[in-house]
Amino acid sequence: MGPEIGIAAIKALVVLLIVLHLTVFLLWVERKGSALIQNRIGANRASIFGVLPWNTGIVNTLMADPVKMFTKEDFVPEGADRLLHFVAPFLSVFPIFVTFACVPFGDEIQIGGRSVSLQVADLNVGILYILAVVSIAVYGVVLAGWASNNRWAMLGGLRGSAQMISYELAMGLGLVSMVMAYGTLDLQAMARAQGAGLGTFLGFGRPVLDWLPAWGIFFQPLAFLILFAAGIAESKRIPFDLPESESELISGYYTEYSGGKQATFMFSDFAEVVLVSALITTMFFGGWQIPFLGREGFAFPWGGHVAMPRLLVVVAQVGAFLAKVFFFCWFQILIRWTLPRFRYDQLMRLGWKVLLPLALANVLVTSVVILLAQ
Amino acid sequence: MIMGIGEIIFFIVGAVAIASAFGVILHPHPVYSALFLVVALFQIAVLFILLDAEMVAFLQVLVYAGAIMVLFLFVIMLLNLGRDPEAAPASWKLVTLGLGGVLGAELGWFFLRRAVPPAAIGAIDPAYGSVTALARTLFVDHALSFEITSILLLVAMVGAIVLGRRGVD
Repeated sequence: MGPEIGIAAIKALVVLLIVLHLTVFLLWVERKGSALIQNRIGANRASIFGVLPWNTGIVNTLMADPVKMFTKEDFVPEGADRLLHFVAPFLSVFPIFVTFACVPFGDEIQIGGRSVSLQVADLNVGILYILAVVSIAVYGVVLAGWASNNRWAMLGGLRGSAQMISYELAMGLGLVSMVMAYGTLDLQAMARAQGAGLGTFLGFGRPVLDWLPAWGIFFQPLAFLILFAAGIAESKRIPFDLPESESELISGYYTEYSGGKQATFMFSDFAEVVLVSALITTMFFGGWQIPFLGREGFAFPWGGHVAMPRLLVVVAQVGAFLAKVFFFCWFQILIRWTLPRFRYDQLMRLGWKVLLPLALANVLVTSVVILLAQ
Repeated sequence: MIMGIGEIIFFIVGAVAIASAFGVILHPHPVYSALFLVVALFQIAVLFILLDAEMVAFLQVLVYAGAIMVLFLFVIMLLNLGRDPEAAPASWKLVTLGLGGVLGAELGWFFLRRAVPPAAIGAIDPAYGSVTALARTLFVDHALSFEITSILLLVAMVGAIVLGRRGVD
């Protein structure tokens, strides 16, 4: 039992550090990226002793700003529920980080005759675990809004809970169609299944279409759109930022938060962006798979073979996973700074009258196709 | 008797579950009562995991803690329910206490009579609690009762909407 616990602890620590660093790095990408989009210079102060040739603002967004936020006064308004006001930011950030336990970062590696899967917890109900834990994050929003004793915060909290519950339905149904397509709830098994060629995966018999990898996007494009939209809605960012829309509700549910706790709420939004990217990558874009890269190296369907050492293959796959995740993080930031905010009725109509029926139809069509193929 | 780690977790989780269940009915503020219920539901989910029923455990968290209790909180906050201004009279408390005692005794008697020693259960099937086993039980072995239950729930939902909209238009 001993070494397993040690290995699990190391894996958990490494994954947590990767996610934390990626999340913090996104703060800088967002500041600089938004400046690029809006034709501004953006963060540009405090270079390291004037040593860097160009001033990217990485120091003031990643060091000066956090130091400033965490040394500010931690203000609790009069009449607030002190206990829940204190607990809410943690309730909103913990579930997101816990979720990464089920995300596979790479294939299994051999260490001292022991095969270690590059995934913290090898649960056979991985997707259900993620859905269940993400659904807990809504308590942070609701309780923050209620405990602040502020009308705007309260409205933001109510909007947040209504929005997250509405989009969780579409998200759950989108996941159901993916579970049916792969025949498993385990994310590592899904990533592994996407290593085959598309023709082989769909069971065409002859190797047709094998020049395409069996990535989820090719046989479930609708589920991708549904899950991506629902995922952005869950992360409560523009165009779905009704719970915190600053022109109507000041800052919505975290209006009455300052300093470190406000930073925690912001941080949980960014962690959710990373989570959505990781899930989209794992289910629709091959996870850690690189097309045609098997355990021994590249094997192309049109002939040709490039042998590679095992360790290099694993490192390349983990790198590919992180690159894909980063691409979707960047894509979400691009969406956030491009689209305007929905009206509340538009938000509800999109969730209940567009995404939910589409997801239901997708589940129906997927199951009929699977039945016919059998 | 030396307790395994499973038993230690069971007793801790069980104690927290019972304590938070008391919190639900004893705390004067409805928001805290709802939160105590969330804690209790979580502990029950852990008990399901101890029983190798991971699927049921996560469904429990997803459906009850993640959706139904959020709606409870939503309603409590929307109606802005504060502390109950008029506490129930002492006679009511006595009646509910008595009824609760009767229910508890009944359940205890039932479980003591029906309890099976662990040795009599024998080895558990390794597929027990898996998605496949659960799906087979629900949709093959008990398909008819499953469908009847879902229709019953649908009827209840439609009825609630009809009653709720009466007099609106």
